[in-house]
Amino acid sequence: MTGSFVGDITIFVLALLVGFEVISKVPATLHTPLMSGANSIHGVVLVGVIVLSSYVGGVAGYVLTFIAAAFGAANVVGGYAVTDRMLEMFKKRPVPAAKEEQK
Amino acid sequence: MTGFEQGVRFFSLFGAVCFVLGLHLMNSPATARRGNQVSAFGMFVAIVATIVDVAHGGSMNSTRWIVLILGSLVGAAVGLYSARKIAMTAMPQLVSLFNAVGGGAAALIAIADYNLDPHLPAGTATATILDTVIGCATFSGSLLAAAKLQGYLSQPVTFAGSRYASTVALALAVAGGGWVIAGAHSIGVLVGVAVVALAFGILMVLPIGGADMPVVISLLNAFTGTAVAMAGFVLGNPILVVAGALVGASGSILTKLMADAMNRSIFNIIAGGFGTGGSAPIEAGPGGGTVRATAADDVALQLAYAQKVIVVPGYGLAAAQAQHELRELAALLEERGVDVSYAIHPVAGRMPGHMNVLLAEANVPYDQLKEMDEINPEFDRTDVALVVGANDVTNPAARRPGNAVSGMPILDVDHAKSIIVIKRSMASGYAGIDNDLYTDPKTSMYFSDAKKGLATLVAATKTLVA
Repeated sequence: MTGSFVGDITIFVLALLVGFEVISKVPATLHTPLMSGANSIHGVVLVGVIVLSSYVGGVAGYVLTFIAAAFGAANVVGGYAVTDRMLEMFKKRPVPAAKEEQK
Repeated sequence: MTGFEQGVRFFSLFGAVCFVLGLHLMNSPATARRGNQVSAFGMFVAIVATIVDVAHGGSMNSTRWIVLILGSLVGAAVGLYSARKIAMTAMPQLVSLFNAVGGGAAALIAIADYNLDPHLPAGTATATILDTVIGCATFSGSLLAAAKLQGYLSQPVTFAGSRYASTVALALAVAGGGWVIAGAHSIGVLVGVAVVALAFGILMVLPIGGADMPVVISLLNAFTGTAVAMAGFVLGNPILVVAGALVGASGSILTKLMADAMNRSIFNIIAGGFGTGGSAPIEAGPGGGTVRATAADDVALQLAYAQKVIVVPGYGLAAAQAQHELRELAALLEERGVDVSYAIHPVAGRMPGHMNVLLAEANVPYDQLKEMDEINPEFDRTDVALVVGANDVTNPAARRPGNAVSGMPILDVDHAKSIIVIKRSMASGYAGIDNDLYTDPKTSMYFSDAKKGLATLVAATKTLVA
């Protein structure tokens, strides 16, 4: 684990830079879905919980893992679901013909 | 590393690439939904690959499987239910809650890992401490922020020595953290650090006022990302590091944008209270003129015979749940050939971009939603600016030095040929100062609740012959 520590720091810094680059192009209109989408991405913590569950032990360990699994799963499932629900609402201006029909 | 492990790493890499591509597709409303789906697919692949990996590793026993699966099912059910049911006005609360559980899970990983083996090299121990402190502070802070957004605590809470208390909590966390890194090898010390970090999270959010919530949510979002990245260091798992860094970057950018939009420093907001940074006295606006009240029929007439109308929605609109009435009025005006667009200030709402989501929910096409820099030059050619539930972000006093909103970027509503403000009373906004716009000779005030007022306007507009 220690051998890859410097490698992980490298990845961290580069990912930060990629994040700054990609996210600064997102328009203000989409900032709420962006934050909600980023929220679902940190649901990746569930991957960590799965790894943790493979070597954890003892009552305290199991309780902590159970809570962490519930937290992580709520984060990842709820995050993607609500972001999708939000983005579904962003629609283009309907074509004038369709507007006539509505009224 | 065996060939199998390498295979799993490749699938993780695929997941990370999907996250970046997903965020990239968010740069346009037309592709954003696909972006979210790409990101979700990447997440699915990463999770399945990890499950296959631990199953293949052979260390999973039935207890471990049950704990993992049961916990995940409970969480997934709760997450899915709240995602389906939540009202769009309550979005900031939900995002806050997801921040809380994400940060909490990250902290629990560090604590459970340390509980198993406290003999960590200094690098991993540092990550453990950062994960615990940031994760716990995010957990309690986000829960409190969600409670505040829900309206359980409407006033910022300050008590004598609250700043002193949060400094002490932070100092204790740093001291305990140093001890762990230096080799305390004791789970007790780490739990102590977790407890003071929880206290620090609460003390940090407690004094922050409602209008600063967009900044606070963004900041807590950045914190969660960082905590998850630290969990990645603890576990030596690169996909957590990448995903955490991406969220950290996104949260930081939004925090800065929000703070800039209110012309306040992040430190000033965390330190609490509006205007505590600059103690300049509030001066009255020029003229101190009279306020002109108007009636629904006059407003309807003015709007219906205008060529160009810009609507300026604020949080008051969302609080009154009046976005659908607003859309109805705009549709009526458009049928009459009026050019309608919406001017959205970056902090209109309770989180970044919140107003856009609320209007999108009311079926306002996104190409009518204009950002501040884009719309400001258009006010000069606008017949009527209709301000609904927005206050401080329209105050021309921001252009003068020496008051609570000085220097704050505002919408140039006062450049329009005439201005109509729908507002319940003359009460001042969050900044606590009078709005010069209301005493402008071009302004008429239509005193009403946003929902009722807009419904009345819709009815009045319908009676006008096209």
